[in-house]
Amino acid sequence: MDDSYPHPTSAAAQPLAPGEIRLSQARVGDRGVIGAVGAPDAQGRGGLDAQELERRLLELGFVEGAAIEVIHEGAIGHDPIAVRLDDMRVALRRKDAADVVLRLAPETAQ
Amino acid sequence: MSTATARIALVGNPNSGKTALFNALTGSHQKVANYAGVTVEKKEGIITTASGRTVSVLDLPGTYSLRARSPDEAVTRDAILGQLKGETPPDVVVCVADATNLRLVLRLILELRQVGRPMVLALNMFDIAQRQGLRIDLEGLARDIGAPIVTTVATRKRGIEDLVAQIEAKVEALAATGALEAPNTWHEPSPAEIRQAHAEAQRIMKAHVRPAERPDTLTGKIDGVLLHPVAGLAILLSLLFVMFQAVFAWAGPLMDGIEGGIGALGGLVATVLPDGLLQSLIVDGLIAGVGSVLVFLPQILILFLFIILLEDFGYMARAAFLMDRIMGGAGLHGRAFIPLLSSFACAIPGVMATRVIDSKRDRLTTIMVAPLMTCSARIPVYTLIIAAFIPNQTVWGFASLQGLVMFGLYVAGITSALAISFIARRLFWRGQVEPFLMELPTYKMPDAKSVLRNLWQRAAIFMNRAGRIILPLMVLIWVLSTFPYPPEGATGPAIDYSFAGQLGHLIHPLFAPIGFNWQMTVALIPGMAAREVAVGALGTVYAVANAEEAVGTLAGALSADWSLAMGLAFLTWYVFAPQCAPTLAVVKRETNSWLWPMVMFAYMITLAYLAAMGVYHGAVALGWG
Repeated sequence: MDDSYPHPTSAAAQPLAPGEIRLSQARVGDRGVIGAVGAPDAQGRGGLDAQELERRLLELGFVEGAAIEVIHEGAIGHDPIAVRLDDMRVALRRKDAADVVLRLAPETAQ
Repeated sequence: MSTATARIALVGNPNSGKTALFNALTGSHQKVANYAGVTVEKKEGIITTASGRTVSVLDLPGTYSLRARSPDEAVTRDAILGQLKGETPPDVVVCVADATNLRLVLRLILELRQVGRPMVLALNMFDIAQRQGLRIDLEGLARDIGAPIVTTVATRKRGIEDLVAQIEAKVEALAATGALEAPNTWHEPSPAEIRQAHAEAQRIMKAHVRPAERPDTLTGKIDGVLLHPVAGLAILLSLLFVMFQAVFAWAGPLMDGIEGGIGALGGLVATVLPDGLLQSLIVDGLIAGVGSVLVFLPQILILFLFIILLEDFGYMARAAFLMDRIMGGAGLHGRAFIPLLSSFACAIPGVMATRVIDSKRDRLTTIMVAPLMTCSARIPVYTLIIAAFIPNQTVWGFASLQGLVMFGLYVAGITSALAISFIARRLFWRGQVEPFLMELPTYKMPDAKSVLRNLWQRAAIFMNRAGRIILPLMVLIWVLSTFPYPPEGATGPAIDYSFAGQLGHLIHPLFAPIGFNWQMTVALIPGMAAREVAVGALGTVYAVANAEEAVGTLAGALSADWSLAMGLAFLTWYVFAPQCAPTLAVVKRETNSWLWPMVMFAYMITLAYLAAMGVYHGAVALGWG
């Protein structure tokens, strides 16, 4: 993977700001906007490099500023999750959702 | 009137109604080159414009980006870029968009613009957009994306004439100038470029689209039930239950009808043709052989009817969501659920349907385990052996023992498939986990016409298989089991003296450790063509005329000749053995390599041998020898 590539969202690798959680930790009802998309750990992902996941997330509409709400969880281990992403619904595994930072809307912020 | 055929390609996000638009455009003038998953196959059709020009239309697999992730999406990219082998690039690209879900397709349009080909945007499902009170400034949008826009309702054939006119205008403009609208500057976008494109798409949305006044709430309400952690799984299981009931109960009378028809045809031909080689070839080889495959058509159609309905309704993505964790535990992708489900009818459409899986590894694993699902061709073999060896009695007051054994064979297939994929994941592809990212489409009422068309295409494909693959195989097997003739005054059945018989005797020592007698090994050889052929072959070996119709008689002969242990070993063999040449051929075609069919054959036959040996010796130890 090209490490020299200037990552516009290396912020995702930084500690989370107050009111931010990773989408992988979100529960049904959590909503807000996407704060950052990018891999927290570029190496631990096996076959698929971090940039590839980032691009796939982006292509499916997980982009900074998009409105997002967790609407469903799977039966086993609350995984996978389904989110409302602007006007569409998308299902994803929590493991892949770790690359999305959710900035909670004020009324749901813990 | 021009006779030159212009070429256009339909491209768009999944679930944009692209296939419906393709059907509305081309009507019955279309052909599917191959087996189809959903929109997974290359579909081509012809339209004739008002001025008499013929235009060929290519329906490309749905995608979110020209950056291809799966074999399907690679087809789309290569077709658009003109890199598809043996195909010239389309003159005009028709981008199909769900008018109620424009954000992602706008980004795809920006990518398509980079390719520089003339483009027309079809804003499909425009009626739903209007009902939701979505306001779209069509002129402004057309100016911003640099392509004319036509609003369509494909399922009601609205806007189709306008669309064709716009396409023709573009074709004529291209013919007049002979040049593309812009040079091709497309390259795989980096994350930063995707973000930029999103920002641009967002700007276009804000400028020209006013949000829906009455957005769809029905999908959310239905999902509240269908994706519920408990109720959702219960509904999925009930659906599967109803589906399999239907496959077995509804198909019965139809199958009897086909069987009767084939039998009657064979009888008729036998009376017309003189006794001899030609009669034997046509009646025993061709008619009986193709008939033994055709008889599964009702089951396959009923299964596909369910699959198509659930797919068109938008439920299949939900099923993948519900099953992902369960399948994931075995190292499979949630999307593997659909191909594996199809494999209960026949592994061939199942293997074909794996094209929806993005990752090569996940796809290969699914292909490798698909034939372990109990396909309908195993049913005649199971029925025969169960009828011969399992007493027809009731246990626990309500359950039939024979039914329980049948159920057990299904469970054995499923658990071994899960176990094999689990082991493959642990041993060979450790750590390689593909992401599971999937749009959950809006629910839609399936369109009866489109469902029927789809079903008809599957039927045609299946018949084609029966004709093109099974037929030559049946002739080959007929030759092997007919020649050479038994010597004068021979006492045993004729097949005993044939090549198949000799081969059966030759390999019998290999099968003695798993309890098979020579009659069984002889039956295995024609059974390579298709599993169910083994029933007919056993009938031949035991000289039971019309074994297919007289299962009772053959079962009687078997129960007199085989021990229970042998019967169980034979059943076990059939759970695992790769006794299906067409499946291996399809795996070769789908993986484009001889390696994978060889791997499949090797692992399945090893598994079959070891399992049959275990069952045989276990049964003998229990005194069932």
